[in-house]
Amino acid sequence: MRRTVQWVALHAVLALGAALTVLPLLWMLAASVMPTGEASGVPPRLVPSAVTLEHYRALFARLHLTRAFLNSAGLAAAVTLVSLLFNSMAGYGFAKFRFAGRDRLFRLLLGALVIPAQVAMLPLFLMLRALGVINTYWGVVIPGLASVFGIFLVRQYALAIPDSLLDAARVDGAGEFRIYRSLVLFLCAPVLVTLAVFTFMGTWNDFMWPLIVLADDRLYTLPVALANLAGEHVQDTELMMAGAVLTVLPVVLLFVFLQRYYVAGIMSGGVKE
Amino acid sequence: MRRGHINAGWGFVGPALAAIGAFFIVPVAASLLLSFTDFDVYAVARPDRLRFVGAGNYARLLGEPRFWTALGNTAYFVFVGGPLSVAVSLGAALLLEAKLVRWRGFFRTVFFLPVVTTLVAVAVVWRYLYHPRHGLLNLLLGVVGVHPIDWLGDPRWAMPAIILLAVWKNFGFNMVIFIAGLQSIPERLYEAARMDGASAWQQFRRVTLPMLAPTFVFVAVVTMIGYFQLFAEPYVMTQGGPANRTLSVVLLMYEEGFRWWNMGYGAAVAFVLFAIILGLTAVQLGLRRLQPGTEPIR
Amino acid sequence: MSLSRPAPALLLLALAPALVAAPGCRLDRDDAGAVRFWAMGREGEEVQQLLPEFERRHPGVHVRVQAIPWSAAHEKLLTAHVGGAMPDVFQAGNTWLPELVALGALEPLDERLARWSSLDRGDYFPGILDTNVIDGVTYAVPWYVDTRVLFYRTDVLAEAGYAEPPRTWTAWEDAMTRVKERAGPDRYAILLPLREWQPPVILALQRGASLLREGDRYGNFESPPVRAAFDFYLDLFQRSLAPRAGDTALANLYQDFARGYFSLYISGPWNIGEFGRRLPATLANRWTTAPLPAPGDAYPGVSLAGGASLAVSSASGRKDAAWKLVEFLSEPAQQVRFYRLTGDLPARKAAWADENLPRKPHAHAFWIQLQSVQSTPKIPEWERIAAKISQYSEAAIRGDLTIDQALAGLDRDVDNVLEKRRWLMRGAGR
Repeated sequence: MRRTVQWVALHAVLALGAALTVLPLLWMLAASVMPTGEASGVPPRLVPSAVTLEHYRALFARLHLTRAFLNSAGLAAAVTLVSLLFNSMAGYGFAKFRFAGRDRLFRLLLGALVIPAQVAMLPLFLMLRALGVINTYWGVVIPGLASVFGIFLVRQYALAIPDSLLDAARVDGAGEFRIYRSLVLFLCAPVLVTLAVFTFMGTWNDFMWPLIVLADDRLYTLPVALANLAGEHVQDTELMMAGAVLTVLPVVLLFVFLQRYYVAGIMSGGVKE
Repeated sequence: MRRGHINAGWGFVGPALAAIGAFFIVPVAASLLLSFTDFDVYAVARPDRLRFVGAGNYARLLGEPRFWTALGNTAYFVFVGGPLSVAVSLGAALLLEAKLVRWRGFFRTVFFLPVVTTLVAVAVVWRYLYHPRHGLLNLLLGVVGVHPIDWLGDPRWAMPAIILLAVWKNFGFNMVIFIAGLQSIPERLYEAARMDGASAWQQFRRVTLPMLAPTFVFVAVVTMIGYFQLFAEPYVMTQGGPANRTLSVVLLMYEEGFRWWNMGYGAAVAFVLFAIILGLTAVQLGLRRLQPGTEPIR
Repeated sequence: MSLSRPAPALLLLALAPALVAAPGCRLDRDDAGAVRFWAMGREGEEVQQLLPEFERRHPGVHVRVQAIPWSAAHEKLLTAHVGGAMPDVFQAGNTWLPELVALGALEPLDERLARWSSLDRGDYFPGILDTNVIDGVTYAVPWYVDTRVLFYRTDVLAEAGYAEPPRTWTAWEDAMTRVKERAGPDRYAILLPLREWQPPVILALQRGASLLREGDRYGNFESPPVRAAFDFYLDLFQRSLAPRAGDTALANLYQDFARGYFSLYISGPWNIGEFGRRLPATLANRWTTAPLPAPGDAYPGVSLAGGASLAVSSASGRKDAAWKLVEFLSEPAQQVRFYRLTGDLPARKAAWADENLPRKPHAHAFWIQLQSVQSTPKIPEWERIAAKISQYSEAAIRGDLTIDQALAGLDRDVDNVLEKRRWLMRGAGR
């Protein structure tokens, strides 16, 4: 009996928490299909009186969000691929090779995690201007080429690769890069998927840097385009909500399908041996 | 070890180190130099209008009430929002790890969902939720008899509103870390405690909390570093208002650097922020080391 | 292992096009030779309708318009300039021009203006044209004029005993008091958004204040005229004639005006169009505009010589094509079309005459007001000073600072902002 009461109480609390957690997202979804003006009615409503897709049509047809969507997807994919290469190489290098100063270097890298990215932003902007990549996709990709977090994640995983396996490959006459490409990448696949999901979401969601670097609206990523839209269409609640859905939905879906990798990444970053 | 082996190591770490060095470490160093100059719109056009001002930017910054406002707001966000967020995370993790729970995976996914959403998008959404007359939040609060609050317009409520959004957005992240920490506590410790006749609360006090200590430090440090960098929420929702109540240090840096192009002054703001984060991280890790029997976090 | 071997390779293949296409594709490639034109807010969306005509007349020129929200426009222009990403031609608030000139971002236009046969400089409102001339050089051409007047609910003011709009501060205050009495505690007489620097600056200029002193080298906010203007302004909030409403309250501006949350509003010409479009039909004949009241008898009181200008970027590689666009948008016929699209008031009097604007109900007040306008100090630091004014006046309205603390703080901050200007002027021997 007492157990049943506990069970019910526990699940009531969990259900309430879950409801409060998804409520903002549900309202966003509902408001995005409401007829114009309904979302800012008094009292506010949660269920649309009629479902319309006009706001989505307006976003795509009139406000060119298709392009921003493609930019976001392309940039996130590009940064993910490139940084995966850089980080996996470095992570493997730190885990499995000995060279002078390796451990000190690795500690220094970890120490750099404390430096807020904003500290580098002002000179980085001037540097990228000198390279002529402000207002190009490169301006977004370059700062994301490698990350300390990514290197750390791969290194922790690669430490577990048995040296005997690598030595066997060397005995067979495989070159170091060949070993990395055909053996190490394969063995590290789970952590690479984790890192890929992380990087993709991080790049997709990033706001401040694309906001600064991209001047041309045809290069805008979704968050920048959305903030731009908010500047002029703040009155058009339903339209803004449709834009928010469009921005949020892809990463939410990605998460739902790949969550075990994502969660594994957080856990391995958070809990140390 | 063969020599080629040694070189290969550099070959593997080289590209990433070069990228991080060129596009992070060098700019950080340049930023330090910049903070000793008065690089601004005049100097962008004509380098001869650049002056070396020594510690002048820092002196001016420390004498500027607006900086202290920004620092105070950021501290409010970090030291109220941070613990609140960690507490909610821990609560959610404890609930989810209770033995009775069914549909654990479903609840975990739901609680985690806000973490992966795009901050700009949800900030836009919450701006409507917070509307004093049309917003859903006041409607819900009205049901329990709370008078309408002008969340983002009232100086007293703007920062709590930002904190509420941040807690909603972030608690799932630390929740997962706490779950991992809870799962790593050996069951035999609880069994031993129960044999000693410990109640549920005593088990929590004597087993769960001490065993979670390393996780706590990690969560505290990461949350603090992240919360000190508050930017997108006020940028999208309040632009630092009302009455500067949500002006954060990073927003101030953005304004000085990228709105007014006072890059020297903006760089000084960034470095003061860095120094504070560094100091507090050192304090937190140092406190941890003072306690015997636990391993410091790497 | 959860991934079978071919999977990563496939993933790479699938994403390869994105990778190849993504970096490197600078925009100019897709429409080479396009003139890039940045315009703000609604103007950016509406001006596109004028362009087919332009492109028909200039077959070789293609224009690509980018709409930028007003709230981000200033920082966007500065960032684009520093990053070398300026458009060829752009709209700019005329108070930003000195800053853009200091940056070297603007192309001097005097030669081109001299070759422009059909133009008579006298066709521009003199106070507005003057804001485009910095140190004797013309850097931009006025596109539309923007001064602030009173928008108000005729029905509400009539019920309060004001069939005619108030002409003096005393009458204005009395009218607001009566409106407030009838409106009750939850509604107000006038909306003065806290973050706008324009209302307090207008009031100060009406009192004859000069905001800066000694060749615009120091702040002058503690001077008696500014102080008097702030007294009047803050009093409106203290007596609850105006709500202490920040930006968030503006999300429902038009609904709020329609339901009487406020009945007076100091705003600019773009709201003629917005009020017409967004207010419910029942309200169509229950609002109008009027020139601003004056502190004394010299009706109307001065307002700001604001407006948006068209400028050509000094870094542009298509200056001639860009200038053609400026000429085109400055033609009276195009100014009329643009007015019909946006409600923005033409910068050229010829366009006013064509449209019979001086006698149109809502535009009339602007016509009168434009005869007495004054510009803000023409210095590169003005936008920053304006931001400081709105910060400090907000702090005073909220009661965080007393009026004396606010004005003293403002002077101190403005003196700091102007430090570099003083240094440069000393170097130049001025």
